[in-house]
Amino acid sequence: MKLADSDFAADRRAHDVGSAVRDYLTRLRGGELGALPALLGMGGLILLFWILRPETFLSSQNIANLFTQALPVTILAMGLIFVLLLGEIDLSAGVTGGVCAAVMAKLMVDAEQPWYVAVLAALATGLVIGGAIGWLVSVIRIPSFVVTLALFLGLQGVTLRLIGEGGTVPVRDDVVVALANKNMPIWAGWLLAVVCTAGYAAVQLGRWRRQHQRNLAARPIQLVVGQVAVVGAALLFGTFLLSRDRAPSPLITVAGVPWGVLLVAVLFIIASFVLSRTPYGRHLYAVGGNAEAARRAGINVTRLRMSVFMIASTLAAVSGIVAASRLNSVATASGGGNELLFAVGAAVIGGTSLFGGKGKARDAILGGLVVSIIANGLGLLGAKAYLNMLITGGVLLLAASIDALARRQRSASGR
Amino acid sequence: MADHGPVDGGIPADDDIPAESGTPAERGTPGGGTPPGGETPVLRITGLNKSFGAVHVLHDVDFTLRPGQVTALVGDNGAGKSTLIKCIAGIHPIDSGTIEFEGRQVSISGPRDAAALGIEVVYQDLALADNLDIVQNMFLGRERTKGVVLDEDSMEQAARETLARLSVRTVKSVRQQVASLSGGQRQTVAIAKAALWESKVVILDEPTAALGVAQTRQVLDLVRRLADTGHSVVLISHNMNDVFEVADRITALYLGRVAADVARAEVTHGQVVELITAGRSGELGLAPVTAAENL
Ligand SMILES: Nc1ncnc2c1ncn2[C@@H]1O[C@H](COP(=O)(O)OP(=O)(O)OP(=O)(O)O)[C@@H](O)[C@H]1O
Ligand SMILES: [Mg+2]
Repeated sequence: MKLADSDFAADRRAHDVGSAVRDYLTRLRGGELGALPALLGMGGLILLFWILRPETFLSSQNIANLFTQALPVTILAMGLIFVLLLGEIDLSAGVTGGVCAAVMAKLMVDAEQPWYVAVLAALATGLVIGGAIGWLVSVIRIPSFVVTLALFLGLQGVTLRLIGEGGTVPVRDDVVVALANKNMPIWAGWLLAVVCTAGYAAVQLGRWRRQHQRNLAARPIQLVVGQVAVVGAALLFGTFLLSRDRAPSPLITVAGVPWGVLLVAVLFIIASFVLSRTPYGRHLYAVGGNAEAARRAGINVTRLRMSVFMIASTLAAVSGIVAASRLNSVATASGGGNELLFAVGAAVIGGTSLFGGKGKARDAILGGLVVSIIANGLGLLGAKAYLNMLITGGVLLLAASIDALARRQRSASGR
Repeated sequence: MADHGPVDGGIPADDDIPAESGTPAERGTPGGGTPPGGETPVLRITGLNKSFGAVHVLHDVDFTLRPGQVTALVGDNGAGKSTLIKCIAGIHPIDSGTIEFEGRQVSISGPRDAAALGIEVVYQDLALADNLDIVQNMFLGRERTKGVVLDEDSMEQAARETLARLSVRTVKSVRQQVASLSGGQRQTVAIAKAALWESKVVILDEPTAALGVAQTRQVLDLVRRLADTGHSVVLISHNMNDVFEVADRITALYLGRVAADVARAEVTHGQVVELITAGRSGELGLAPVTAAENL
């Protein structure tokens, strides 16, 4: 009979692929689903829409479309993950993006300010809105869903006042429009992919080597190499897809990675770094897991709670700007529609828990892609609006159920 | 925050103690009602009052801790033991009273202040985050960094050394989530977390309540070792055998008042039990009027 592991046996034992896979399966059964639901969902949906719309869904034009469609959702979701990590919610993130985009558009059109002034003003607006939400939630202690539900209504009023009843403000500035509509030169796209892959490999292998030398808990090298290979392949394959000519007419060429993808890549790297490598990120997880423990450990929970709303609202502003760039305009309804639902759905589908304490920056990207595939595919099928809403709402509920069930499984198996 | 980084060797290893140290009784614990002469207390609390709303939980509590001593804090459920140590730890603000640390009057307005003074607390309601692993929990709020980046490697090494020194034998991996540990294992992690830091006062709120025989033994040994290396240790326990085994002094709380503060050698089991349940025992304890008034 084999006795239970003790004496840090698992840390010292030389892991091989077999034991690592067994550990993974144990974790999976224990409700640690990781990226699995998102990846399975993505695969299934791609297959489904490819079968239903073989000639259009996987066309190079539609694939590029899909990526730009995913940009605003992904950025919004990335901000929401910070809030969700603390077990809070920001229902006003979508309309915050709308208000900020309206501020930007008004400054460029009416006040004829250069794009950078307008963009900075939009970001500052987001920061201030986030500060206000954070103050009401963390200092006054109003539940966040009430504060942000109130702002969901109030901020739509602000957008309406800024833009005027039923109107739209065009966005024509070259730089802002380029964000979601223009592409990087092909070579720059490849360079980005190669640099990201190499950087990722260097970080992962470097960490493994350090852990191995110092006899610390480390994953088997085969697994590390495998993970680097998969991520690298995905990056290079994506770049390949986006580097093909997708112009509707043979007379012109449209090819390359959209600039907005670069923006998401940069935001993702920063968010990942902050969440997993800094004390600030560690404290977010701690507060999400057990706020009282965090407080007793001397963590300033109030300040932390305030900060996540500021981050979420600032990223909502970025998301609003990208959305305005994609549509070339800001309308009174901007941000008041499905945006928030999609973003929360994206975060949860990606693996972020609504109960706090669990989530990664990558969840926004995986979930953002899944949500956009659904929206894009339904668009190609010519689905009626009502069906679109029903399906999207259903998908969010499904993701939330998986989250809740996995959590129950985790506590049942003592994780 | 002051520099109270974890110091290697902060925890006394087994072999630091001379083999003949024996039981506390043989070590000549200060006898009599008078505390050891001249030595300044590490911590002296005078006239502490604390209410939660209308409920007056602590009445004019005096509490003194000296280096190298184990003070057992005893009292019935709800007597106010946990509340007292949470006041010391900066979790609850105090209503009135003074706290002196090493002769200096201090105000402890948060857990960070307490940690900076060198006060480490193991709470009864465990203060661990389930979703973090053992290393992350042990360094929570005081992470080691290189620049702005967490120094995971050195934290993992230090955590493992500390656990090994505390003879924690049952943990599979220091990188496993705390949620997957048994109650006793979580308790040991919480104690190791306190032992990781160079501290002057270590407060343990019912540390052995959930532990098995071997772990209880280890915790009691650790308590003794900490005191023998000059720490001042507070042990809250309902188990009189544990109290009589390791304590040098016993402070009994009765309905939020200090019923008695006595040397262990001066009292019997029965007297302590009476102090806990009735607030007085013979000559010891609260005046009959006070004891009755609280009922
Ligand atoms: N946060 C709080 N708010 C209000 N009342 C409290 C709070 N914490 C403790 N009390 C009250 O203070 C009294 C003392 O509680 P405390 O937890 O200090 O008891 P204790 O001596 O540690 O008991 P036990 O042996 O059961 O741990 C109890 O009557 C309790 O109801
Ligand atoms: Mg208690």
